Amino acid sequence: MTAIIARGLVRRFGEVVAVAGIDLDVPAAEIYGFLGPNGSGKSTAFRMICGLLLPTEGSVTVLGHDARREPEKVRRRIGYMTQRFSLWEDLTVRENLDFMCRVFGLSRRDTRARIARWMREYRLEDLERRFAGTLSGGQKQRLALAAATLHGPDLLLLDEPTSAVDPQSRRDFWEKLFDLVAGGTTILVSTHYMDEAERCHRVAILDRGHMAAEGPPRQLARDIDAVVLEVECRDLPAARRRLAGERWISSVAQLGNRLHMLAARDEPQPLERLRALLDADCPDVLVERVVANLEDVFVAATGRRAVPPAPAQEAAA
Amino acid sequence: MSWLVRLLSVASKETRQLLRDRVTFGLIVGIPAMQIVLFGYAINFDVRDIDAVVLDQSRSSLSRRIVADLSATQVMNIAWQADSEAELAWRMRRGDARIGVVIAQDVERRLADGSRAAVQIITDGGQPSLQNVAQGLAALPVLSRRGAGRPGPGVVELRTEYNPGKRTAVQVVPALVGTILNITMVIFTAGAIVRERERGNLELLITTPVSRGELMAGKLLPYIAIGLVQTTLILVLGHWLFSVPIAGSLVQLYLGALLFIAATLALGLFISTVARTQFQAFQLAFMTMLPSILMSGFVFPFEGMPVPAQWIAQVLPLTHFVEIVRGIVLRGAELADMRAEVAKLAVFFAVMLTASVLRFHKRLD
Repeated sequence: MTAIIARGLVRRFGEVVAVAGIDLDVPAAEIYGFLGPNGSGKSTAFRMICGLLLPTEGSVTVLGHDARREPEKVRRRIGYMTQRFSLWEDLTVRENLDFMCRVFGLSRRDTRARIARWMREYRLEDLERRFAGTLSGGQKQRLALAAATLHGPDLLLLDEPTSAVDPQSRRDFWEKLFDLVAGGTTILVSTHYMDEAERCHRVAILDRGHMAAEGPPRQLARDIDAVVLEVECRDLPAARRRLAGERWISSVAQLGNRLHMLAARDEPQPLERLRALLDADCPDVLVERVVANLEDVFVAATGRRAVPPAPAQEAAA
Repeated sequence: MSWLVRLLSVASKETRQLLRDRVTFGLIVGIPAMQIVLFGYAINFDVRDIDAVVLDQSRSSLSRRIVADLSATQVMNIAWQADSEAELAWRMRRGDARIGVVIAQDVERRLADGSRAAVQIITDGGQPSLQNVAQGLAALPVLSRRGAGRPGPGVVELRTEYNPGKRTAVQVVPALVGTILNITMVIFTAGAIVRERERGNLELLITTPVSRGELMAGKLLPYIAIGLVQTTLILVLGHWLFSVPIAGSLVQLYLGALLFIAATLALGLFISTVARTQFQAFQLAFMTMLPSILMSGFVFPFEGMPVPAQWIAQVLPLTHFVEIVRGIVLRGAELADMRAEVAKLAVFFAVMLTASVLRFHKRLD
């Protein structure tokens, strides 16, 4: 079963191409991640999937319905958690949940039962009468996820759900997501956190509207089109300068007292060559080959470092 | 029935938010109370071409001359010839004519005699500034010359109907119902959709099964109730502070108010679908408000405006409601007497609501 199928998806805003031709197959009951920096087209792709934006070109089928022609059918079966907190801050936690239940057509009795259960499961019991606007980042996020799942959606769209919460809340949040997936829900989540992306069953790496790579994170790391090397020595700045002109090394980043880099795959003896290169400046140099992580995959696929997560929000449109 | 559940969910959510917003809640009561005191006085202006109805009981050459002279002043436009006093009264109650002229059967003798009025000019006391006009007419040479040199009452008797005390409050308060409703209703709803857009709620709201129509109607419902509360408040204050009597039926009055509330809410809603920010929405709301207040006949008589301005005024719902509310409160008219105004308001409402629903898409682009 495939929950989302997109073919040749394009979205332009005037001159700007936000999504430049994406093919997508999201398997059911899995967590599928969109990984990319701000402006890579994640939110735009999300909005086309849930029918908030019309594609300029291409098609999207969500849970068997054409998102363009049958948006209402799609809407009944998806839960959408927007990037920005979009529940009503001047309503209480209970009032927000109550409203969502009612508009999704739950009867009064079902509403009461479900809210009681959700309050427990999402640890909102003590917050029942608090105005949503007074909640902390983590609490807001729990409320938003609770609201998005109240009607038992088959597909959950989470647009950068953890950008405003602390690590513990993030961990709890992901536990919850895996519970939902175990119950058969398909989850599409966008993020610019590498560690979150690594938790997904599959990820798509988006870069300036294009899909740069796609697959299970481990497989992507294994199939990376580069050799990942790390160098440890006393004079890292000197080593850095030395490596600057080397064409076979595509990316150098400092991690504590080590340099982390990607080298061309067709280099026959990268370790020896690197050691020889740095020997003059750093006689104590230690060179080793390491396992690629998702960030390396991202850099190798896009040719640049992931932009560090910024607190500012992605452009609204 | 699930549509009704969704509609009512939206309405109750909107009501909750409204009641929690203390400033807005204060405005619901504060605006009418403040305005009714502020607008205690109105300014009179000279007018031209006021529609008049003439009842010529004499049908003599003299009576025709009087009518011609009255007409030549350009102040009044003889729009109707009545055959009986009943017809004249009917014309005036309907608002077809603002001034009534009755020429007595024995006008010649009365003019010569001078003890009794030969010509009676009847004005609508619900309209400011008509008093001055009528007084000007009464002083016309054709009427005064013949009675010159004789003491006693003038040849023309001036009678003010509907507002015998000529009190400004009586002229202003009924129309104030419309003006205040116009201000509050448009402002409240102009922010309704935009606010959700600005706060980010709209993105969530449009991914729920709530339809456009349900959303629009649900947003309007609480404000209709508020409008009726305000109407009551103004009428009660008007009665209590200024002793404004209500000649017509209250049911008719509330029906008319309901129609006007719906029309102005729809206008506000339309603004809300056009504007992208609350600031823009308020600018647009003000843009419709000033012309409404100045051109509707609330402050300046409608008849005194140049023709193009009158066309513009025709588009404003307040123009028609001022007509309706004055008709019911002061002249004891019924909605059935003012079908044209009722129909125009209904059309305005239908057009605005349709335009709003069409303009609003459950999409972000």
